[in-house]
Amino acid sequence: MRKAGRKPGNRLLGPILAFPGVLWLLLFFVAPLYVVLAVVFGGVDPVFRTVIPVWNPVLWSSDQPSYVLSHIVGPDGFFGPALLRTAVYVSVASVLCLVIAFPIAYYVARLSGRWKGLLLTLLIAPFWISYMMRMLAWVNLLANDGLVNRIISLGGVFPGDTEWLSGKSVVVILGLVYGYVPYMIIPLYAGLDRLPSELVEGARDLGAGRVSAFWRVTWPMSRPVVVASVLLTCLPMLGDYFTSDLLSGSPATSMVGNLINETVLTPGQTGQAGAFVLLVLIVSILPMLYYVRSVSRSEGSMA
Amino acid sequence: MLTAWWRDPWRKPRVLAAVTILYLLWSLLPVLVAALFSFNAGRSRTSWQGFSMRWYYGDPVRSVWHDDTLQTALVQTLRLGVVTTLVTVPLGVALAIGLHRWRGRLPNAANSMLLLSFVIPETLLAVALLLVVTNLALPFTLGTTSQVIGLVTFQLSYPAILVRARLATIGSQLEEAAMDLGASPLAAQRRVILPMLVPAIVASAVLVFADVIDDFVIVRYLSGDASTEPTSVKIYNTARAAPTPALNALATLMLVAAMLAVTLGFLLYRWLSKRTGENESIGSFAGET
Repeated sequence: MRKAGRKPGNRLLGPILAFPGVLWLLLFFVAPLYVVLAVVFGGVDPVFRTVIPVWNPVLWSSDQPSYVLSHIVGPDGFFGPALLRTAVYVSVASVLCLVIAFPIAYYVARLSGRWKGLLLTLLIAPFWISYMMRMLAWVNLLANDGLVNRIISLGGVFPGDTEWLSGKSVVVILGLVYGYVPYMIIPLYAGLDRLPSELVEGARDLGAGRVSAFWRVTWPMSRPVVVASVLLTCLPMLGDYFTSDLLSGSPATSMVGNLINETVLTPGQTGQAGAFVLLVLIVSILPMLYYVRSVSRSEGSMA
Repeated sequence: MLTAWWRDPWRKPRVLAAVTILYLLWSLLPVLVAALFSFNAGRSRTSWQGFSMRWYYGDPVRSVWHDDTLQTALVQTLRLGVVTTLVTVPLGVALAIGLHRWRGRLPNAANSMLLLSFVIPETLLAVALLLVVTNLALPFTLGTTSQVIGLVTFQLSYPAILVRARLATIGSQLEEAAMDLGASPLAAQRRVILPMLVPAIVASAVLVFADVIDDFVIVRYLSGDASTEPTSVKIYNTARAAPTPALNALATLMLVAAMLAVTLGFLLYRWLSKRTGENESIGSFAGET
């Protein structure tokens, strides 16, 4: 244990070193969220359609958020489908990501020797390849005269003329999986690598089969890691609009991110974009806090 | 025979190995195909017409070398990468050391704020900063300055988290020994702790650089006009609008830049780790602690 304050400068060094970073986060992370509130609950200039932020919470008006809320369900609910679609796409893509990532992370974590380093490097490689380049690759492959259609048609035997890139939910979901699965494999691997393999070996020695050793020993131990990894992938997906834009570009597959992206730069609709931002923030704040708590707790046990 | 193989408790995990190999093919082949087509002699991005360097520098109008808009995007990407890394890493390292030494409720709150900035959906932060820059009278407008501010905010958690994890494994004995031997607290940090942190700092610098040159959401919303749009925005804007393989060439160049940074960084990291006795792993280059 550290003896606190053995010298006067000792106690101040921490706060002094942390100050610039903390100030930065307060100015450019916390304060901007208040600006969003001021814009959402502010007004719109009737002539120029520009945003008039209202800084005093007492004067806030709920016109813009109630406009958005009243158009989610009901006969005028033109925002509803995109919100529902976001929930479905993100859930399906997250489950698919986990189904792909878990066996891979588990396999590499159990591996040893030189293959492990090579496999790990290849698994991490997509992390350093731009998301846009990886989507561009699929735009090329799925184009009408692209490789996918040519492989399906076996060189012209079958009519391979599927228009993959216009409003297909399957393509957008697979695009999300392709884009985000590397971000799940890495934290999963890091967590599974730390699990004590003796416990699984012990279970097998005591007569558990492969399946029951997995369900009764490995899975319960890895659940916290799985939850954290799923959060790390599905949170950024909630704000995604570019995957749908590049792989579909149709309103039939637009997500809440597309609603934000389309309204934020439209004069007079910036407040609506802010309202969608708040909506996503409200939905994601509990998972975010859960992640913070689980990480802080594991840091506490390490120190 | 198949059931005997399946029941053998000590068989090699061939199914898992096959899944991993298939995944790697699925994850890397499309990118390799896209990179290959940047060397296509024709303007198709889907049918191969022979090898050429046309889209890199051969074509007098549309190649990356001669098309000003592509060149601007490339330069802007690298500029954002370098400047953001230079700001983020010192800020994040100081924050990590500060939070590590500072006990109480306030540093816990600051740590939570840091972790929240790590998991917040990027679009939310980007829109919030866009609203800040467009609605407040700030000494800067949309463009490089705004982009760097946004990127630093989003990336600050990487060096802070990596360095804090390393500090937790170092412990406090060495620092106390240095101070018992007469070093001031600041000197103990500078001469004992900081040298031990160098590998973690190198890893986080590489990570931040590689992540920034791939960033899309923040740099797009905070770019002022076409002159501050980096590569990723260029790809987004033109991917669906009948582009030439020059776009693939641009993306391939970014890929090479990222791989070069990571390879050089990893060699440096491994060399430094050997000297300080840290357990080196490529995992640190993806934010693994």
